[in-house]
Amino acid sequence: MVPLLPNPVLALPELILAGTGMLLLMVGAFRRTDATRLCVWLALLALVAALVVLAAVTPPRSVTFHGQFVADHFALFMKVLVLLGSGLTLVMSLDYIEREGMARFEYPALIVFATLGMLMMVSANDLISLYIGLELQSLSLYVVAAFKRDEVRSTEAGLKYFVLGALSSGMLLYGASLVYGFAGSTNFDILARVLGQIGAAGPSVGLIVGIVFVMAGLAFKVSAVPFHMWTPDVYEGAPTPVTAFFSLAPKIAAIALFTRAMAGPFAPMVGQWQQIVVFVSLASMILGALAAINQTNIKRLMAYSSIGHVGYALVGLAAGTQSGVRGVMIYMATYLPMNLGTFACILAMRRDGKMVESIADLAGLGRSQPKVAWAFAIFMFSMVGLPPLAGFFGKLFVFLPAIEAGLYGLAVVGMLASVVGAYYYIRIVKIMFMDEPARPFDQPDAQVAGVMALSAVVTLLFFAACWPIFAGAAAAAKALQIG
Amino acid sequence: MQLATWIASGDLELGWALKFDQLSAVMVFVVTWVSAVVHVYSVGYMSHDPHKPRFMAYLSLFTFSMLMLVTADNLVQMFFGWEGVGLCSYLLIGFWYHKPSANDAAIKAFLVNRIGDFGFALGIFGTFLLFQTVSFAEIFAAVPGKADARLHFLNFDTHALTALCLLLFIGAMGKSAQLGLHTWLPDAMEGPTPVSALIHAATMVTAGVFMVCRLSPMFEYAPAALAVVTVVGAATALFAATVGLVQNDIKRVIAYSTCSQLGYMFFAAGVSAYGAAIFHLFTHAFFKALLFLGAGSVIHAMSDEQDMRRMGGIWNKVPYTYAVMWIGSLALAGIPFFAGYYSKDMILESAFGAHSGVGLFAYALGTFAAFLTAFYSWRLLLMTFHGQPRADHHTMEHVHESPWVMLIPLFVLAAGALFAGAIGYNWLVGEARGDFWGKSILVLPQHDSIEAAHHVPTWVKLLPLAMALSGIALAYVMYVLRPEWPAQLATRFRGLYLFLLNKWYFDELYWNVLAEPAMRLGRVLWKGGDGAIIDGLGPDGLAATTQALSRRTSLLQTGYVYHYAFAMLIGVVLLVSWYLLTRAG
Repeated sequence: MVPLLPNPVLALPELILAGTGMLLLMVGAFRRTDATRLCVWLALLALVAALVVLAAVTPPRSVTFHGQFVADHFALFMKVLVLLGSGLTLVMSLDYIEREGMARFEYPALIVFATLGMLMMVSANDLISLYIGLELQSLSLYVVAAFKRDEVRSTEAGLKYFVLGALSSGMLLYGASLVYGFAGSTNFDILARVLGQIGAAGPSVGLIVGIVFVMAGLAFKVSAVPFHMWTPDVYEGAPTPVTAFFSLAPKIAAIALFTRAMAGPFAPMVGQWQQIVVFVSLASMILGALAAINQTNIKRLMAYSSIGHVGYALVGLAAGTQSGVRGVMIYMATYLPMNLGTFACILAMRRDGKMVESIADLAGLGRSQPKVAWAFAIFMFSMVGLPPLAGFFGKLFVFLPAIEAGLYGLAVVGMLASVVGAYYYIRIVKIMFMDEPARPFDQPDAQVAGVMALSAVVTLLFFAACWPIFAGAAAAAKALQIG
Repeated sequence: MQLATWIASGDLELGWALKFDQLSAVMVFVVTWVSAVVHVYSVGYMSHDPHKPRFMAYLSLFTFSMLMLVTADNLVQMFFGWEGVGLCSYLLIGFWYHKPSANDAAIKAFLVNRIGDFGFALGIFGTFLLFQTVSFAEIFAAVPGKADARLHFLNFDTHALTALCLLLFIGAMGKSAQLGLHTWLPDAMEGPTPVSALIHAATMVTAGVFMVCRLSPMFEYAPAALAVVTVVGAATALFAATVGLVQNDIKRVIAYSTCSQLGYMFFAAGVSAYGAAIFHLFTHAFFKALLFLGAGSVIHAMSDEQDMRRMGGIWNKVPYTYAVMWIGSLALAGIPFFAGYYSKDMILESAFGAHSGVGLFAYALGTFAAFLTAFYSWRLLLMTFHGQPRADHHTMEHVHESPWVMLIPLFVLAAGALFAGAIGYNWLVGEARGDFWGKSILVLPQHDSIEAAHHVPTWVKLLPLAMALSGIALAYVMYVLRPEWPAQLATRFRGLYLFLLNKWYFDELYWNVLAEPAMRLGRVLWKGGDGAIIDGLGPDGLAATTQALSRRTSLLQTGYVYHYAFAMLIGVVLLVSWYLLTRAG
């Protein structure tokens, strides 16, 4: 019996963000003086409030809004990561946007709307609500990417992202319609039940094509190979705090969405989609490792790095087991602090008031600003996956399930790719500590330094406090249907 | 005294231990005294060196390793100390690492010692194989039962104890610079002089002698091995003494003298006069460290000049150094009532008293070597301190006596060189020796050559003294009364002179037979095997491939949106068709 009225309490965090977003627009429009700073703080307040409420209201599993919206532990885990990512990148961007002439109140509002979209994605329990959340997020991101509208690179990035994003949305929609046509429903619960009853004859071709298209759309959002090509250009072109934002919250949300879709409604067809995830994951790891070597721009390098990381995270999904899903979640939990910290370091790369982005500019940082350099080194070593830093646990928990599932080739190639990747991560450390110093950078902003320190501590001491995270991830993985 | 368990693996169990018996007590006495004296001396000698902390750290590490070696209660701990002193020796020889010759000497010492250590390690393995233990106490208890055991290896069937003792003796030869593996010791003089005194005269090089004595219960049951020890020791004693005759570097003369004296110790051990060997080790530590430190004092005075041909006529400028060098040389030559007299004569008498072929051989060679020893010692004294000054004016002006911090150690050692023999005689080789050594040294009754030494004819006792005196006299004639003789002799017997000057061509032999082919093989493997094949296919090849791939993947990133969209669509098409194909198949 479906209840007549939805239960809005379950969606309270989303409602808070929606209300705040609209409020910000009002405040910004009606205040005569510059309202950016106020809006940023309001947005932060809303994100914190959403975080608190989220922890308070989320039940083990409950579906509402006529089956469109699900609140469960998986959603809780991922939403916490998303909200942390959004909030901390917003904090870091505060001084930047004022200095770089992007101080407009729309910026925090767009971030809030994008975050709202992401929360919707994580909680989607229907192909329709999935699409709504995705589009809300994407539309906000297109605008944010082009936020420095008088700079060619930024607008080009926004435009490219928009055109390709529209294409991927089209694919996703087309796939969704095929799935609906061949399975008879868009609701995840019903899909799972219907697909679970498919007999020995196997699913029909149309259904499979539909799933492939849906996956292509999702793969675009997580920037997995071969749907990754927008990533380097957009990362490089967008303003740095926006790039930081792109690499965190949307990526976490998209991975969550990917995982929920694959391990939820399509869980019965794991045999069908596994090979695609394996392929995408392999291709992402290899390309992420190889293409990054030649980069001279640190943001472009981070784009390839994030492609590689998505590949690693998908290794867990490719395993197609509950422990694999747990691995994906732990991976994203470790990815958050180290990537956040890296971008804090990149934001600290400012010389004479101007941002610099070349890797060579880091030369000798170990002598001119040892604290920043050490933090940077911690993040790089964590990205390599060196124990006992956070990144090691992420890799451990995705590769173990893959090996348990018999995907030895994937695990071996993943390891090799991470060796290649180690080259360009450690090269940065080498440049910082062993090359002749370039002129020193300006002192980093207080917020940036704070985020950097926080991330460094979390990355460094992750092993000391990781058991609650592992337990939470295990509980969250149980919320999905996959066996 | 067991301190801690070190290794427990299967049958192999051994611990860190401090084993103190009379044998190790003598060694600990020598090591700590000489080490302390050398430490003090170094304060003065190294006062101008910028790397004093490093030097002192190495010295202390060396002393620790040496004490570990002499107090070991099992072969493996002994090996640990053995390698530890080898390492310190390497580090200290190459202490002045900016000098290529010092680096070469350090590497040479290390490599030659490796050969010996290889033998030692094999000996330890073999011992474990035979006795199932590496603990001295258990081995010694089991030796009589294994006296006739055979060892099968490949197709060889050998007397087990002989084979083991020979392997262990190879280790001792390497460390104690015996004939064949001696080439590193003269070169080791590249190190600072206090190092030469401590490591390459008094302590480390005597570790081989100590090892043979420590393992006396094993060697006693391997008479063939003992014979080899005797012959090698005697040959070394003579060989080194002949080379010492013509060297011109003051430290090298003393180095060859050390080598020669070690030969004495070995043939003493070889004729089962272990007590005499340790006695000579004990006295030698004092007078040889004294000679080295005295030489260091001379070098210090002569502004780092080491060539005796550019010294001379300085005896009144460095009176204390001159005096202690005299004392050291008198002790070395075995002039009565100096330390060396007691120990060296005891060795020669034991060799004679052993009444065996090799014993007589050793006696003959040793006595002749005593003549040579006296000769080169006085050659050194006379060339260094007397005659016309041959140094340039500038150096001569700077000749000065060393500071007290260097002189006091010399006096301490001089006291040792004067009295150590008289004091130690009774306990170490005299009437009280049986009570003193107790169970720490085993001599089978039929081998008791020290006892026999007390009953040899008088002429046997007097002959070495006569030889020594005549050596001194000859040196006086040749370098004071007829200074033109040495040059004439050198031209007349040019072949012999060059033969000796070039140290019997051992270095050249090893270079041509071993080192150069090894280098050539190494070069082939390095350039061809490692460089071209392993590096080419391995690290370098992989890296190059990775970079090439990286460039290509970067080329994919054109920046055109339609390329990107095309890639995406191709991706979807590929995935769908792959899906359908695999499902159909």
